[in-house]
Amino acid sequence: MKELTIEATVENIETVTDFVNEQLEALDCSMKVQMQIDIAIDELFGNIAMYAYNPETGPATVRVEVEKDPLAVIITFIDNGKPYDPLSVEDPDVTLAAEERKEGGLGVFLVKKTMDNVTYEYKDGQNILRIKKKI
Amino acid sequence: MTINTEKNGTALSVTLEGRLDTATSPQLDEALKASMPGITELVFDLEKLEYLSSAGLRVLLSAQKVMNKQGSMTVTNVNDTIMEIFEITGFSDILTIR
Repeated sequence: MKELTIEATVENIETVTDFVNEQLEALDCSMKVQMQIDIAIDELFGNIAMYAYNPETGPATVRVEVEKDPLAVIITFIDNGKPYDPLSVEDPDVTLAAEERKEGGLGVFLVKKTMDNVTYEYKDGQNILRIKKKI
Repeated sequence: MTINTEKNGTALSVTLEGRLDTATSPQLDEALKASMPGITELVFDLEKLEYLSSAGLRVLLSAQKVMNKQGSMTVTNVNDTIMEIFEITGFSDILTIR
């Protein structure tokens, strides 16, 4: 298990992505899965950066764990910001035309569709969001 | 991310390279807002775009809405990862992809 605690800012999304990619590369992860995970990091860490401590900023921890048989990576995003369950948001209607589309909801929807498992819990003042992806 | 725009009369071609994500999407939004007035034909070349997240989708959606009023918009050279994102989010039906 490896983890990184860093100020949750948009600028730091890249640092988090590099940190996770380093570990994915060590696992011989396919480029496609790596990109899907990178997108998930952008959505989830990006949400923490923009909303968790808004209008201030605060720290977030990103933990990477590897499960064997079948090989999978579990990434946990932890922040101490406002309690917020992104999974409680209704899925967007992806059949609507451009003019009828509403802003928002697409990011978490993408994460739910591309990861094998996504869970959320609020515990001891922390938002804990966990994604799992087989690699 | 690198954004390259080329104007030819009322045609605008935009080439994207790198990642279109939370950090870089505002740059594209700015570039489009500056170049799109008067454009009737907008073409995005995504050959060198690695991937995009929902922040990038939002920018493409607002460009599509503008072009629905003033002309046409086409997205070209879409890789597999990006195509899958377009399909999951229904953008494959909203955008003209070739």
